[in-house]
Order: sequence, then C-alpha cells, then structure tokens
Amino acid sequence: MSAPSPLHLAVALDGTGWHPAAWREPGARPDDVFTAGYWAGLVAEAERGLLDFVTFEDAFGPQSSHVTEPDERTDQVRGRLDAVLIAARVAPLTRHIGLVPTVVATHTEPFHISKAIATLDYVSTGRAGLRVQVSARQNEAAHFGRRTFPSLRAEDRDTPAGRELIAELFEEAADHIEVVRRLWDSWEDDAEIRDVVTGRFVDRDKLHYIDFEGRHFSVKGPSITPRPPQGQPVVSALAHQSVPYQLVGRSADIGYVTPHDTDEARAVVAEIRAARADSGRAEEPLHIFGDLVVFLDDDPTAAADRKARLDGLAGYPYTSDAQIFTGTPGQLADLLLERRRAGLSGFRLRPGAIGHDLERITRGLVPELQRRGAFRHAYEADTLRGLLGLARPANRYAAV
Amino acid sequence: MKQIHLAAHFPGVNNTTVWSDPRAGSHIEFSSFAHFARTAERAKFDFLFLAEGLRLREQGGEIYDLDVVGRPDTFTVLTALAAVTERIGLTGTINSTFNEPYEVARQFASLDHLSAGRAAWNVVTSWDAFTGENFRRGGFLPQEERYSRAKEFLATATELFDSWHGDEIVADQESGIFLKDAQAGAFVHRGQHFDIAGRFNVPRSPQGRPVVFQAGDSDEGREFAASSADAIFSRHSTLEAGREFYTDVKRRLAHHGRTHDQLLILPAATFVLGDTDAEAQELAHEVRRQQVSGQTAIKYLEHVWNRDLSGYDPDGPLPDIDPDPGEHTIARGRASVRMFRDPVAVARQWRERAEAENLSIRDLVIETTGRQSFIGSPATVAETINTYVQTDAADGFILVPHITPSGLDDFADTVVPLLQERGVFRHDYTGTTLRDHLGLPHPDTRAEPEAEAQVRGLG
Repeated sequence: MSAPSPLHLAVALDGTGWHPAAWREPGARPDDVFTAGYWAGLVAEAERGLLDFVTFEDAFGPQSSHVTEPDERTDQVRGRLDAVLIAARVAPLTRHIGLVPTVVATHTEPFHISKAIATLDYVSTGRAGLRVQVSARQNEAAHFGRRTFPSLRAEDRDTPAGRELIAELFEEAADHIEVVRRLWDSWEDDAEIRDVVTGRFVDRDKLHYIDFEGRHFSVKGPSITPRPPQGQPVVSALAHQSVPYQLVGRSADIGYVTPHDTDEARAVVAEIRAARADSGRAEEPLHIFGDLVVFLDDDPTAAADRKARLDGLAGYPYTSDAQIFTGTPGQLADLLLERRRAGLSGFRLRPGAIGHDLERITRGLVPELQRRGAFRHAYEADTLRGLLGLARPANRYAAV
Repeated sequence: MKQIHLAAHFPGVNNTTVWSDPRAGSHIEFSSFAHFARTAERAKFDFLFLAEGLRLREQGGEIYDLDVVGRPDTFTVLTALAAVTERIGLTGTINSTFNEPYEVARQFASLDHLSAGRAAWNVVTSWDAFTGENFRRGGFLPQEERYSRAKEFLATATELFDSWHGDEIVADQESGIFLKDAQAGAFVHRGQHFDIAGRFNVPRSPQGRPVVFQAGDSDEGREFAASSADAIFSRHSTLEAGREFYTDVKRRLAHHGRTHDQLLILPAATFVLGDTDAEAQELAHEVRRQQVSGQTAIKYLEHVWNRDLSGYDPDGPLPDIDPDPGEHTIARGRASVRMFRDPVAVARQWRERAEAENLSIRDLVIETTGRQSFIGSPATVAETINTYVQTDAADGFILVPHITPSGLDDFADTVVPLLQERGVFRHDYTGTTLRDHLGLPHPDTRAEPEAEAQVRGLG
C-alpha cells in the first residue's frame, strides 16, 4: 500500500476567533481587529506553520448570535473589513501561503469579483482563491434594496419556501462562478503581444466575449484584467446539504464540509463525488476539506475548560455547524488522520480563540503531523494551485 | 506662498502611454505599481491615482488594440499598495452606476482602515448600455439621471460612513462590553435611486470618510464638485483657461456654504524633462510621434467623422467628406468621444486649421490632443508649475508620465528638490493621512442621529 498523500491544512480567520467570547481571551487584541497589522500578524503565523491557505470570513451585515436575523448584542465583536481587501493587504507581506477571501455571490457583480480575485492573484503572484457564499438574510438584502427574501428561520429551511429560496440562491451562485471563471479565461495567456511593427498592443483574436446569458446574469466580457497567474484562482465553497453539495461537485475546486464523525464524512464525500461525476467532471481534481472548530491545549481538560469558560462569558454554550474539538494537538492529529480515511484530503480549522489556538495549530498540530509523516516540512510550490496539487488549467477559449 | 500639491497617475489605457519604449514595463504586474507608488512617496507626493475601466474599448466593432489594453481592479491594487508604502494617499476611480452604495462604502472604509487613513474616491458616473452589458443591472440608467444617481450614491455612502461616530468600540475585556451602542452603524436611506436600511458593518475609519475627488468639466460636473468634493480633476491646457476654470469653480463654493480652501483644483498634466529646454522640446516631439502613430491618428479622426477612414494617408490632408451623422458611434467605451457634440462643425474647424497651418492628419491630431504639458529642463518645469499654482490656475497637478513604471523617477530626482528649495513643496510629510497632506479638515459626524433631532425639533 502506498503512503497516503500528505494532508492539506487551512485556517479560517474570523475576527478574534470563532467563539463569540474569544475576544475576551488574554492575547485576543480586540482593539486591533480593524488594523492591517493584526491581519498581517495572523497570516504570517499561518505561513510560519506552512499551512496551505487561510480563508477570511465576510458578510454584508453585522455578525449576529442568530443564524438568520440580526441581534442587538453589545458583548460580542461586531463589524468587519472587506475580506478581499484584507487578503490584498497581506499579499505583498507573504510569499507562499494561499489567500482565500469570502465573496457573497448573492449581492455582488461577477464582473467585479472576477477582476478583484484576478488582481489578488497578481498582487500575490499566484496565491489567490475565493470562497463563494450565498446570503438569504433579509437584513442584508435590505442593505442593497434590490430584492426581498421571505422570512426564513433556521428550522424553515426544509419547507417548500425554504427549499425554493435555497435552490435559487445556489443556482445564482453557480452562475456567478461560471461567469467569473469564463472572465478569467476571456484573455488567452499570450494575448498581450506588444508588436511594435504593427502597432498592436494585444492580439484581439486572443480576447474573447464570454456572452453569458442566464436567469440572473447576462455578461458580455471580456474581463478588463488579463488572465491571472494561476489561470484560474482556486474556487471553494462551504456545503452542508445536497443543494450546496451539487454546487461543490459542479463548480468548485475545494468543498468545505462539516461531518461530525467518520461515517458521516464518508457519506458526504460519496455524495459530492457523485455530484462531480454527474456534472461530467469526475476526472477533474476536487479537494474535500473537513471543517472543525478547535480549542487546543497540551492538557485535554484545559482545552475543554477554556471552552467552558468562554461559554460562561458568552452566557450560552457555543455551538457550530462544524464539529467542535477540544483536546491536545496530538488528539487532533489522531482525529484528522482517521477522518482522512473517509476521503477527506484536508481540513479547514476554525480557531476557537485565534490569539491562543492559531499558535497551537502552527506550533503544536503541525509538528505533530510532520512527525507522523503527514505534513510538509517546507513549502514545495509558490502558487496555491501548486500547494494543492492542482494543475494550471487550460484556457477554454484557446484554439487547440 | 501657496504650497503645491502633487500627485501621480499610473498611466494606463490611453494613447499617451508609450508601451513600445524599451523602458516600458508591465501595466499589470504588481511590481510596476509598487515601483510607481514608492517613487511617488519618495517624492513626498500627496497621492497616487488609478483610473478604472469596466469594458474594453471598441472601434469599428472590434476591440481597440493600439493602446495599452487591460488593467487590474482598483480597490485590490490600492489596498495591496498600502502594504508597500506608508504615507502616500491612495486614490481610485470607482463608478457609481454599476455598483451599490453599501458595497462601495465598505470597500472604501476598509481601504481607509487598512491604509491607516490614506483612501480617496474619485466618483465618476456612466450610463452607457455598452458598459452595462457587463453587469446584472445592464445599461438601465437614462443619461439625464447620471448626476442625480451619482449625487445620491455619494450622499448615501456618506450616510453609511457617518453611521459610526467613532467611539462605539469599547472592547473592554474585563466588563465584556465590545460595543457601547447596540445600534452602531444603523442607517435609513429612502431616496429616488436607493431605498435601503439596516446597519453598516465597518466601524468609522481613520479619516472618517475617504477624501472625495470628482472629475468633469460640464456645468453639472462643476456644481457636483463644488457641493460635494474635496478636490476636482480638470484638464485645461493654458494658463488662461486654467485660471478661468479655477475662478469659476471656487466661486461656486459659497453657494454650497463652503470656503475657498475646501476644494482643491488639480489638473492632469504630462511632462517631458531634458538637460536643457531645447533638448526637452526635441524629446517631447519624439514622444508625441510615439504617442500618435499614423494608425492612432486615423483612429482618432474616426471619432469625429464617425466612419471608417482607414483608406486615408495619415501624412496627407484631412478628408473632405463630412462626418457620418448616424446615431451609432464608431468608437465605444471612450469618454472623449462625447466631447465632439457637433461633429460637422469640429470637422470644418479642423480642416480650416490644417489648411491654414499646412498640417497633415497626424500633425493635426498631435496638435489637438496635446494635454497640459510641462516641457523643459527641471528648472523650467519647476518654475512653470510654481507659476500656475501661485497665480491661481491650479492648486497643484496630477502628473501622468508616459512610461510605466519608471516615468516618474526623473521628476522625483530633479524637479521636486527645486520646488523644495523654493519653499513651495514639502520636504517631508507632516501628517499621516491623506487629509493631512491635502490640508483638509477631519469630517465631523452628525452630532446626533437625524431622527432624534427631528423629534426634539417637534418637541
């Protein structure tokens, strides 16, 4: 039996951490969350740990303790900066790590997103990705004033109205990704010719109208930004149920999933792989990453106590769509290697409290995985695609 | 003595950018932008400026290929530049037609946070269906609504910037109070173009709001700038035209309750430097020949004639046929085409001038498209710039070199020290924000929410 391929590891950055009381931990630096230095420091630490990439959360409204509605709490972090711009700000300060901001497909223009992520790929010389998200929140729709959504509580998601809205939002997200990808390809790699003899800067035969016509978008193209260094930056999405699994299978390079045990992981992987095959892309590589919220300490009791203490400060026990892990880096390594057998190729770890848990990932978990021969000892590539073992895609418009 | 404001425009999609020069580098790679920004910062410029394009230009139904084609996303490059510079302002053009206020306000507020107070927004408008074909809303905006939407867009974004007053974040780990106001960022805007409400989710940024620039020479554009902008970009090629514009725009400020120094007038200008004035003139002549090739001249003429003129000899006389009055314009995605409102009259004027001065097509295009230019030795250029500023033809200039990215280097090394010697340009930055560099006040937030004020007014 050949050695299994090394794990891929990402960290999901959000404010001071995923626990709503994380900002009250010693070392949380809640005053600095809106400064460039804060984010530069976090990403530098992730890069020290040789992680594949970091993701940056985002939304068009304040954070909330409710899943679907805004709240009026004053005891939790509220406010966040634009994720694409945070990624751009740290790009020139890093060399290897991938930068994957969240983009909300529901309220943005694919033309703008395409050029923004292409440009992130230029400023990071090939380390850009994006994480596509939909938003069904009424309050966020009201910030744009273009459309209204039905009131939808978390428990309404499985009603006909809920299913219809979710299907529509994901269909729109799929079209959004399709437009963004076509725009990246709308310039062939060698379109800029600078031919002094004929006076032509570009060969216009290598620029392509994408002529996308769909229910939500009609976009002509070409992009104003030339094809980015990776050709196609890496597209990712978080998925919890069948409709988003379809999106991942059809449109993404990485899917983040939230199984709570190995059997569930196996089932989710099978469903996404089947969706991939149904969309005719079975041969194209697709990473499926497990998402976990992690509280890490050298003593497992200390980690559980820390989570309990934060729950006490928040006034309720923190729950998550993802499994919440409390324990030692060694125990987490055990869990990850076990879960990998279910077909997960990597993990996106959400630090419970960034000020504490990010370093436990980079300086505890990573050395542990290295000892077990399951993680890199040095960056082996300069691009995010390179780190993930994804080839640079051919341009769909280029004459063969 | 007035202090001069200087800024630099990264050259891009226009025929003044000489991409064929062996010294010309990439217009896309970040290293080019970093070099340009660092040079401008080394020279203590107020800001650097990036234009925007949302559709590749076309002429005669084909993508226009003689100029630089392609550029990066404005916000993304400006924010990345904040990482490799410390003081210089970061100004970007962002269209108000194909964007939404909440998103753009978030991006500018984020840029201002991530640059520690260096963001500026050049508000422009568009209405054409041609550009709209790249966006989900399409080309929906009637032309007469362009300034009305732009004004409301800016007003709405300002309401969002002001929805945080700046003291809401307490972040007291001990007491557990992060926000002192549960409604921080609350806003309601009910208007003709935008009907939105909720909470803005970026706390007040270091400058309060980005500095606002505006470009546009029309009466409406001047009024818009006088009412809402911190600086106006203009293009006037002579001292007299510059003074006239300056006087007119500054005069308008009082109608909007603003003072003379609350709006800076910054024309765009090109420059060519030589060891001597004569050498610079010679170089400038060569540069103009590079900028206006025979093909470029013919293509430019087609904007007025609105028909295919590819059969004409650029070194020969102007066409004696009249422009095609057809509705369909031969060139799309170009702002300059709108300058020729009466093409038949323009064509007649140009023919008369060409005959009187014995100019070929190419000569004429070179003569008519020359922008505000400073040509000469460093001493001459420094003197000329200072004269323009001290005699109120401008408050400073936005310099547009013709070579990317090194076109600013000589100016920084030779002209700037001469201006510093004269005491009309800073030796070093005295502040950290763009507002500091421009001498603009920090904006006040509303003392109290409008709704509360109304209630009290009624009481």
